[in-house]
Amino acid sequence: MRPLRSWFIAPSIVLMAATLAIPLAIICVYSVLTRGAYGGVEWPWTFENYSRLLDTLYGAIFARSFGIAAVATALCLVLGFPLALFIARSGSRKNLYLSLVILPFWTSFLIRTYAWMFLLRDTGLINTLLQALGLIRQPLPMLYNNGAVILGLVYGYLPFAVLPLYATVERLDPSLLEAAADLGARPITALARVTIPLSAPGIRAAAMLVFVPCLGTYLTSDLLGGSKTILIGNLVQNQFTASRDWPFGAAVSILLIAIAMALMLAARRHGPDLV
Amino acid sequence: MNTRMKVGMKKSLAVYAAAAYAFLYLPLLILAVFSVNASRFSVWQGFSARWYQAMLADHDLLESTANSLIIATASTLLATAIGTLAAYALWKRSSTWLSGSLYLSLVTPEIVTGVSLLAFYQWVFRYLHLQLGMHTVVLAHLSFSVAYVVLVVLARLRTFDPALEEAALDLGATELGAFRRVTLPYLAPAIAAAAMLAFTVSIDDYVITSLVAGVDSRTLPMVIYAMARRGVNPVLNAVSTVVVVALGALVLISERLRAS
Amino acid sequence: MDAILELRRVSKQFPGHRAVHDVSLAIPGGAFFSLLGPSGCGKTTTLRLVAGFETPTAGEIWLNGQRIDQVPPYQRNVNTVFQNYALFPHLTVQGNVEFGLRRTGAADMETRVRRVIEQVRLSGKESRKPSELSGGERQRVALARSLVLAPDVLLLDEPLSALDPQLRKQVRSELKELQRRTGVTFLFVTHDQEEALSLSDQMAVMNGGAIEQTGAPQELYQRPSTRFVASFLGAMNWINGCGVRPEATRLSRQLPQNAVLSRRGAVSRSTFLGSHLHIEVMLEGGEAVVAQTAPGDSAFERGEAVHVWWSADDELRLP
Repeated sequence: MRPLRSWFIAPSIVLMAATLAIPLAIICVYSVLTRGAYGGVEWPWTFENYSRLLDTLYGAIFARSFGIAAVATALCLVLGFPLALFIARSGSRKNLYLSLVILPFWTSFLIRTYAWMFLLRDTGLINTLLQALGLIRQPLPMLYNNGAVILGLVYGYLPFAVLPLYATVERLDPSLLEAAADLGARPITALARVTIPLSAPGIRAAAMLVFVPCLGTYLTSDLLGGSKTILIGNLVQNQFTASRDWPFGAAVSILLIAIAMALMLAARRHGPDLV
Repeated sequence: MNTRMKVGMKKSLAVYAAAAYAFLYLPLLILAVFSVNASRFSVWQGFSARWYQAMLADHDLLESTANSLIIATASTLLATAIGTLAAYALWKRSSTWLSGSLYLSLVTPEIVTGVSLLAFYQWVFRYLHLQLGMHTVVLAHLSFSVAYVVLVVLARLRTFDPALEEAALDLGATELGAFRRVTLPYLAPAIAAAAMLAFTVSIDDYVITSLVAGVDSRTLPMVIYAMARRGVNPVLNAVSTVVVVALGALVLISERLRAS
Repeated sequence: MDAILELRRVSKQFPGHRAVHDVSLAIPGGAFFSLLGPSGCGKTTTLRLVAGFETPTAGEIWLNGQRIDQVPPYQRNVNTVFQNYALFPHLTVQGNVEFGLRRTGAADMETRVRRVIEQVRLSGKESRKPSELSGGERQRVALARSLVLAPDVLLLDEPLSALDPQLRKQVRSELKELQRRTGVTFLFVTHDQEEALSLSDQMAVMNGGAIEQTGAPQELYQRPSTRFVASFLGAMNWINGCGVRPEATRLSRQLPQNAVLSRRGAVSRSTFLGSHLHIEVMLEGGEAVVAQTAPGDSAFERGEAVHVWWSADDELRLP
């Protein structure tokens, strides 16, 4: 049996080496090199790229990214948990409702982000409606700010949060809730003192699953965020295109991926096997 | 008293769920509605198919769609083949290296994957005298779609009775013959579902593609992105509607296949 | 009868666990041979070694005069009926039975398939899928699928355990009939001693990876060579260091004249089992024994004092 398996596994190993291992290794190396005169990299190696990250300018970018990701994650959890509860308790229609949640997630992320541009811009639907109803005279600036980015992230990743939350809630033993009721707890109390505490590991896992992509987001902040909302992802993209400072971009990338991996590993250890 | 509260809670959850689903679907429905709006602004001025007509007349759009379809088909075929074989190999005997890399490919932020591939290509091209183009995009797409294929096929393999393969060997088939005649037919629906998933993620990718596509291989998402940045363009509503409906249908079929 | 299958000092070592230890068997051609033992005794591993799904860590396996222990399963002329039948779900009955022949492209494939389907009485059901068949029918497909390839030995891994108890007896006799009709050597693995005793021409009892005794069923039952074989093949009373079968253990209120071997005790329980009674007696020395009597015999009351006696011929002295 072994020879066949070796043949089967070879293509994917080569692929992963070519598209993951080697590229990341190159980025690692670039992060300690110097910026070339015409873009690209040059040999004198240095840790300057990493020490640059300690600058307050970049500190602000990281803080903003963490902040936005944290708010978006929190919102996804708060909004997603009741939805997961609903689906888990909907009996025979569970799979239907679950598919309805997953479906938007798999259709174009880009288009779903654009949809909010259409709604929020100064000439967008919401402003037009509010003006038509006479509620406002000037359009509200709803786009190109942190809020819009958070909204876009929540819209994009809410389905992604519902899945693990649903998996956790669905596995809960219903007799525990019956026992709580038997001991006099109202449904709200049972929710707060039984369901949520027991779902804690799943909630943590869902949080990590949402936080990491939010932290590394590029598209949402690029389209919905405008020039004031530069996040880590935008910083990286910028260094590799307009600014042509590949080594610095590489350093930021390495830092980002290190944080992402650390979070995911922590989630795996403390959460159930969903991650 | 308790039952009334229970029912009350159930009702509130249902109301909330309705609102949540509305939140998820309304923006897309609004795009669809406005794609048939005669006016180019957000004011309703009657039905019109003009944006769809404009969409079909846009050469840039059509060419990029063709590119996207070609790239998606190529990367889907490759990803499905490589991923299915990998899933089978992992099922027979686990490999922390491969599982770890596949996991990493899913967890790494897209921007990092994109720039690292760009750096890789530039380095390789110094020796191979190649350029960025459709082939670099296809390879880039493989970096993330293979993991999805492995997930779907591996899940199906976990429900496969290994005794079936032993029976095939017992009756005279070689390992490859057993795989071909017994395991593969069993996996067929999962493979099809995985292929559709791989196709979907390939068609939609913007971040990685924009970094590694050459000048001549603009994809549909790249054109959509440019249109979105430029400002109000009602043709974009038409394009969005078509894409969402098409991909949505594909995903629904894929889910059906997985459930069978 | 010559041995068609021979295991010579075969051992199989798994990491941390010795599944089969120094097993030697000579299975005569055309026989119904059973491997009997409790779960974990190594009988299934032994079967898998013959089939080729495992390779022995020591010893040799010979089939029809050729050494096969290093040969892959698809090149051995043995076939297996798996415990859960392992029928290919995407193929019909016809497709399943043909499977092994398709490779060889035998010219008379259709005829052979038809004939064997008739033999297992599944004619008319060729286009059904396994999911549309009953448990008994599925087993017959598994048999047909293997027999059509005319193996030297047919290996059966607890084929009756997946069936309803009612069905089991009926299928058991059908299996015996099938073996007699086809003349194929059957190597049958089971943990059920009743099955082994009723079906086999020859059998072997395994325990802890090793063979305890080999021989004809009657021989093993009446003259077991170890305590394990004695207790495994049927209930056994151990009195005065010797074994006596419950059906050879007699009870009476008064001791008969000619009874030489006897003990005194009190009845503790009486269980009605339809065709016979099991009466448990606590002997004065503390041992618990069971006597098997016909239901018509005298009834004993709980706590009643009785004499337990047996004849010397029925005693088994075992290490």
